[in-house]
Order: sequence, then structure tokens, then C-alpha cells
Amino acid sequence: MRKLFGLWAIDGPLVGAVAVLSLIGLAMIFSAVNTIDPDPSIANVWIRQGVWFVLALIAFTAVSRVPQRWLEWVAMPAYVFGLVLLGATLIIGTGAGTAAGTRSFIELAGFRFQPAEPAKIATVLALAQYLSNRAESPANLRDVVVPGMIAAAPLGLVLLQPDLGTAQAFVGILFAMLFWAGTPVPILLLLASPLPALILAFDARIWAVYIVLVVFALYLLRYRLFFYESVAVILANFAAGTIATPLWNTLEPYQRNRLLVYLDPMVDPLDQGWNIIQSKVAIGSGGLTGQGYLEGTQKRYNFLPEQHTDFIFSVVGEEFGFIGVVVALAFFGFVLWRLIRLAADSADPFAGLVLLGIFGAWFVHIFVNVGMTIGLVPVTGIPLPFVSYGGSFLLMSWVALAIAVRVAHDDSGTRA
Amino acid sequence: MSNHPHARRDRARIAGGIVVFALLLLGASFFRAQVLSSSDYALTATNNRLRQIELPAPRGTIVDRNGRIVADNVPGYAVTILPGPKATIEATLDAVAPILELSPARVEALREGIASDRHLLVGTDVSFEKVSILEERRSDFPGVYIETRPKRRYFGGAAMGHVLGYLGEITAEQLDTERFEGYEQRMIIGQQGLEAQYEEALQGVAGHRLVEVDVLRRIVGDFAGQPGQPAVPGDELRLSIDLGLQEFIHEVFPDSMTGAVVALDPTDGSVLALYSAPSYDPNVFVGGVDPEVWDALNSDLNRPLYNRAIQGTYAPASTWKVATAAMAIDLGIIEEHTVMPTRCEGGMFYGNRYWGCLGEHGDANLTEAIAGSCNVYFYQVGLEIGLERYLELANSLGFNEPCGIDLPGEAASVFPHGPDFWVERFGARPTEGETLNLAIGQGPNDQTPLKMAQFYVALARDGSAPVPRIVPAPPESAVVSATTGAAWQLDLSRAALHVIRDGMGAVTAQGGTAYLSSLELWDLIGKTGSAQAGGKTNAWFAGMAGPWDGEPEIVIVAMVEDVGPDRGGSSTAAPIVAKAADYYLRTKRGLDVPELQTLRDHVMTVGWPTWSTRPDGN
Repeated sequence: MRKLFGLWAIDGPLVGAVAVLSLIGLAMIFSAVNTIDPDPSIANVWIRQGVWFVLALIAFTAVSRVPQRWLEWVAMPAYVFGLVLLGATLIIGTGAGTAAGTRSFIELAGFRFQPAEPAKIATVLALAQYLSNRAESPANLRDVVVPGMIAAAPLGLVLLQPDLGTAQAFVGILFAMLFWAGTPVPILLLLASPLPALILAFDARIWAVYIVLVVFALYLLRYRLFFYESVAVILANFAAGTIATPLWNTLEPYQRNRLLVYLDPMVDPLDQGWNIIQSKVAIGSGGLTGQGYLEGTQKRYNFLPEQHTDFIFSVVGEEFGFIGVVVALAFFGFVLWRLIRLAADSADPFAGLVLLGIFGAWFVHIFVNVGMTIGLVPVTGIPLPFVSYGGSFLLMSWVALAIAVRVAHDDSGTRA
Repeated sequence: MSNHPHARRDRARIAGGIVVFALLLLGASFFRAQVLSSSDYALTATNNRLRQIELPAPRGTIVDRNGRIVADNVPGYAVTILPGPKATIEATLDAVAPILELSPARVEALREGIASDRHLLVGTDVSFEKVSILEERRSDFPGVYIETRPKRRYFGGAAMGHVLGYLGEITAEQLDTERFEGYEQRMIIGQQGLEAQYEEALQGVAGHRLVEVDVLRRIVGDFAGQPGQPAVPGDELRLSIDLGLQEFIHEVFPDSMTGAVVALDPTDGSVLALYSAPSYDPNVFVGGVDPEVWDALNSDLNRPLYNRAIQGTYAPASTWKVATAAMAIDLGIIEEHTVMPTRCEGGMFYGNRYWGCLGEHGDANLTEAIAGSCNVYFYQVGLEIGLERYLELANSLGFNEPCGIDLPGEAASVFPHGPDFWVERFGARPTEGETLNLAIGQGPNDQTPLKMAQFYVALARDGSAPVPRIVPAPPESAVVSATTGAAWQLDLSRAALHVIRDGMGAVTAQGGTAYLSSLELWDLIGKTGSAQAGGKTNAWFAGMAGPWDGEPEIVIVAMVEDVGPDRGGSSTAAPIVAKAADYYLRTKRGLDVPELQTLRDHVMTVGWPTWSTRPDGN
């Protein structure tokens, strides 16, 4: 027995913080479905979440007993299997709940799960495997091509579902791990440069200014870059700027509005802008101390959309106010800081990279989810780790946690 | 890859910095929303879920002089669509229209009134069955709010139509007026009659309640945070009208005929009954008048919405002769026993013209002249008064003004203001001959039945006549409009009054034109009149009644339009007056009203009654 639970104590503060967040999530889900006119189909999701929480703890216990060596060994097969699953999802996948229109879930024997979740972990392991086996840190754009491909494959498959929210997590994983592998920050920035170009291309003059700035940056970095790198970066920026308008035109009006309401929710206040308006109203009306647990009126009268899944943090803001928000963010901050700290303490590159990969995924999830409830970032369907309702997501997050604490433990073990 | 502890520490520092920066960014955003702008968002959240619902005040109850209820309120169902996005309201309206059986025209009219910030009143008098359907399928009709709201109920039906008037939605024009400052669109107000006259007093003060609605605008319950405000009912109106008398007049007035009956109480000039035929039932206006009914009321050639008692002006004919007599006595020109110089032999010459009379009355004194309705006598009275003085006095008695009754729309009677009247109309100054016409109730002299009644009140009293009012003591909340009419006083001695009354007494005595309208228990006196106007004969009877040995207790004027060539006031108007007077005087004393009232009733059915030879000496 002691052996079974002994590993829980690997990093008590981290596991404890995550457990607290999971319990907060359970309580918030209970509150979120506690409306004036409860929807019978979601009335008892908090019980289901509770069951999943128990399953997650069991999975955590089990996975945390898997040694790092096994993880290294299983990384590549798991990655390939993950890609196959993602591919299969596009063919036999179904939508569920709030993502009813997409193909994100696979049903197996009445059991429904999102292949993107294990694929994230597999991608982290695969990237860690690849990057840790290289003698040198990636120093130029050519060095990041392979890791980029490793992340881009699942990312592309997830985008095809389409699940923009989860796709962002792969971006977070890639950049966090490249960074930890020692890739120079300028390279990372240049790698990311086409994305702003894609957005800024909507105004030709602003886009032109941006391109000039990129070229100027390349000039400043001229002694650290190969010529082909500069060319590739410029080409990529031009390509992004060129496809932006055709890409925009292929979007459905509702998809365009999703992006436009980020700038001004009143563009479409009753449809795409509704979520962000009502979420901000809920959070703002919470004030400093909140309206009290179960008392949020925006939530109670169903003004809040997706209140038990993507917009659960709005309920936190409405019912517990700014103080509650700060406390919740402090827990998340602690978890993220702890992952960084464990990585910094890991002499083994594989362990550090895995920790940073998980950090990257969670950081994106937390920042984008919380940010969208307050209108800081555009609304994309991305859940809040441990708090949002979602069984397989909760389970896989705990599995990721198990891997994180295990690799950190094994590493410290090897050093000891 | 390079994995030196120092490198790791540096990277950890950068990663940590990014986390701190991101969390500070989020924290700042939440701080701005939750601490700096919290009150704005809280207000929005409140507006999101709170809706104010008006609680219309029950209109004031109206009771008659005996305390009988004339108008009160019963609970009715009103269906409202709560404010919300325009498209949503439209969709809901379309959904409820077939259930409420709204006509396409009504739906169109409602559609025009849709605004996102306003309640849409779809129906004010919805049946319980329809309300039940709406309630059962509540989720199909988001934003539909059903309330019981007081619904007006009138007693007396058509008998009271012209007195009570009717209700209707406030019009855009009315909203712009000073009177309706503070009123809001869609409010139901009095549009005619007493309902309009005493609108401010009857309206009451609407209350409100705050309810919470969910995202589908379904009402979830009352808002606990702030109590609502109950409605304050309108004030009670106590009428001088006798509802029973009013109903009785409605019953005895010939069904196919048009005309008016006005009954006043001589003690204070207040209105006992005011009836115009044909009438309408004010109940049809409750909950919004059906457009078909409204069109029918407006296109009816007999004009049921037209209140003949106060809006119709008619040549008073012979009923006017007592006015000439009273004015002459007031001026001191004649007295009780005056006999005019020219004998009546069927007419007289004046100014190159022969002025006819309906009979040969010989050397009649005033009493005989009134009793016989002698034109020749009154021609000479008129001449002695003289045109100028005649006009002056008649004007001072208000014969070209409204009485100032507390009902909207009273017409001014028509009477020349002075000699200029003829100059303006005919381009020449009037000759004294005009006085002859005016003296017998012809010429440019058209009076409302109410005006004639007011004048007869003076004869029933001491020569003075107060302004006739339906609500003698209005509540303080009533806005009493400045009336043009005023009380007035004729200088008539008791003896002179009795001479005039004796003359009128002879009309209903044996040998008088209205003898068949005489009553068993009451001394009914009066004056008949028939005026030819536009090929029609309008019949009048103006009179008063009281106990044989007492003062008159009721003054009644009946005017029946277009009675036909061979019928006069004595056969049409007089029986109405007689029966109404009998009813009023009997019920006032707690006596039963018999089937057979007038002498005519008895003669036509059971034969000559024993009381028909009435006591002498009065």
C-alpha cells in the first residue's frame, strides 16, 4: 500500500495543487448546472466529473509507476499510434456536447474520448525523445524542421476536425520544448513571425510595415542566420500575407464573426458576440468578492453560454469575484511554476523536455481559456485544465501530471 | 542538446517570466472588469434578468345617486410580450396570433408598435381558454406574460352609453397634449363621456413589480431585491344620475325613434338622467373595440355615437314661449294678468305680413296664452321687449353657450349674439319682425335639450338655474375643465312663476294638448312643441313634476326627432316625460311603478280611471 501511494508524494505541492484545482472544478461544475431551469441532459454532469476524477486518480497512480525508460521506449510507437487515432477520428469521429458539429470524439464500447488528448502526451514524449537524443541544441531553422513536423502532423489532423482550441496546445508544446532544448529565442520569433503576418495582411499598409520590421530584424541578426533562413522567413511571411485574404473568404460568416467579435463583440451581439458579452458581464458583476457560491445570476438564468465547460471560469468570476479569480490563477500559476522548477532541477534532458512540453500545453490551455472569458483573446473552444467539465480531458491531464512527476522523480533518483 | 544547469536556470527564469507576465495580464484584465467597471457590468447583469411589469390601476368605481354600481372592474386576462430583440418579439407575436385569434389587420398594427425596449400589449381581454393554451405551451412563447388586469364592466348597457362614454388606447395626438403629460403609450384612457371627463380621477396610479427572467425571457419569479409598488385604484365617482331612471327611459323611449331625454333635479340642477337615442353599450369598447363594431357605430345613419342631449341643437318651438314669458316678466313688461292689445283671431298683421297662429285664442291672459300656445300673444310680448333687449337678455341667460355640463363635447346652443348676426348672415340689419319669430321659438334659435332643461329648472325653482352637473362633488383628483356655462338668475316673483306654471299645468289638464299624459299621483306640467326643420317634425315636451301639493321635484325635457307630419310633442315626447317622472317620483318614495302609468295607458287598455278628473285649485 505504501508502495502504491508512495509516488503521490513525489511532488506533494504540485499534486496537491492540481487536486485542489480538480475539486474546485467539481464544485464549479455543480454550480454551473445549478440553473433556474436545469437542462436534464447536463443536470448531473458533476457526478460524472466526480467519477472521472476518481478514475483520473487511479490512472495517475498507475501511470506514475511507469518508469521513465518505458516512456522513452514507448514514445515513438505511441506517437504513431496517436496519429493513426487522429486520422481515424476524421473518418469515424463524432461530435459531442458543445462541439457537436466537429469530429473530435471516438466512441469505443459506449466509452467516448478525444484522441487529441493522448496525442498531445504522445507528441510531448516524441518531441522529448527526438530533441534529447540530439547532441546539440537547435541553432537554426533547419534544426527545427523535424521537431516542427512532429508537432505539425497531429496539429494539422486536429485542425481538420476542426478543433482550433486543441490545435493551439500543440503550438504551445512545440515552442516550449524547442525553447527548453536551447533554440535561440530569435529563431523561435522568426518561426512565429508568419502568424502575425497572416492577421496583419488584412490591411496592406500595416502588413507592409510588418514585413519591413521583419526584414530589419533579419538584418540585425544577419551574423547569426544563414542566408537561406532569412529567405525562408521572408517567403513564409509573404506566403502568409498572400493566403490571408483567400483564406478569409473561405470562412463561413459565423467563423469570420468569431474573429471579428474579438475586436468588437457588438458586431454580432446575439450570436458570436453573445458569449463574450455575457461572460464579461458575469465576471464584471462579480465585483471584488463575487455574488456568492451558486448565486451568480448570469449563470442561474442561463445567460452564460457553455458555463460548465469552456466558460466555467466566468462562473468563478461571477460567484467568487476578483478575489476568487486571483486565488484560482495563483493555483494555476503555482502548477506552471512547479513544472518549470522541476524541469530546471532535471539533469536528464528527456525529463526536462517532457515537463516543459506539458507546461506548454497547459499554459496555452489556461491562458487562452481564461483570456477568452474576459475578452483578452479570441473565443476558441478550449477547456480549462482540471476545472472544465470533460471526462477524458480530466483523465489525460492527470495522466500527464503522472508522467511529469514520474520523470522528475526518476531524474532526481538518477542523480541521487 | 545543451543541458547545463546554468542554461536550465536561465531558461527557467525566462519561462517563469512569461508565466508571470501572462498571469499579470490576465489579472489586470479581471481587475479592470471586476474592480474598476464592476458597477457597469452589475447593472448590465441586472438589466439582463430584471423586467419591470406595469400593474395597471383599477379605474375608479362609478356609482349612481343611490349607490348602485354603474361601472366597476372584474379581473380580465391581458397578454403582453416582454421587451427583447425585435425579431424575437415578432416571432412570438406570430406564434400567439392564431391562438388569440388576432385579425391580420390587428397583427399588422401591433407589428408597427414593436420596439425592443417596450412591452407589447397583445390583448387586454383574453378568454380563460386562450390563456390556458398559452400557459400550457409556455416554452413555445418566450417572453409572453399573462396577467390578470382589471377589466371595466358597465351596468345599464346602452341606457348609460352616452353618459359613461367609453375607453380606448391613448392616441398619438393625445399624448402630445398637455393634459396627458405623464401618460404613456398604450395606456387605456377614457375617450368619451364621464370616462373621458374624469379620466385623471378615474385612472389611478399604476404600480409595478420587478420580475426575474431567464435567457429565454421566461418569467422566473418576483425579484426579491426590491419590492414592487402596488397600483393605486382610481377614485370613486358618485353620479347624480339615477341608474334606474336612466334604464327606464331607455326602455320607454320608442325603439325606432331618435332623440334625447334630459332629467334634472330642480333642487341643485344636477342631472338625474341624460339619454340619447340611439345609444351604444360601452361594454363593447372594453378590451379594444372590434374594428367591425366601430365601423358599424360610425356608419350607422342614426349616429349612435352622437349625444343628442348635449350635442344636438334643435329649434325649441313652442317650448320656448315660456322663455319669452319669463324674460318679459323679468323685464317688468308683463305680469300675471296682462292681456295683449291685439286679440288673437288666428293671427295678426305686422310689418306688411300676416303672422299666423294655430288657433283663435281671443283675449288670452298669460296663463291662457301658455296653455293655448298662442302665437299672437307672444308676438306682441316679443315686440314689447324689443329685439335689442330680447337678444341681450337671452344672451345673458346663455342661450348661445353650452351649459357647462361635466361631459366632453357639449355643443353651444345657437342664438344670435346681437343684431350683427343678421348683418353677417344676411347682409342687412334685422327688423323688429325677427323678434316675432324668436318669441315663438323659431328663427335662428336652436337649443340643446340640456339647455332647455336648464331653463325649465329655473321655472321649477325661483328663476335661478345652476350649471347642470352629473358629478356634483367631484373627487379632488378630478381636473375640472373651465366651463363656459354659468349659473344664472331671472327676476321672477313667486306669483309670476305660478302664472307660468299654471299655464303649463293647463297643458296636461282636461282640454290641454297633453292631457292624456297626465298622471294619477303627480302634478305633471309642461309645454309641448313641434318644430318643422328640413321637412322633418321634431317633437318636444319640456316639463316638470312633483306631488300635487308641493314643489316640482324633477324637470324633464324630451325631444323626439322626425316624428312624422301628424304627430306632435303631445303624443310622442309627453308620454316619455310623464312615465319617466312617474317612475322617478314613485321609486323615490319606495312605491311600485305600475304597468299603466299615464291616463293614455289606462284609456287605451282598461278604460277611464277614477282619478282622471283631477282635483281643482292647482
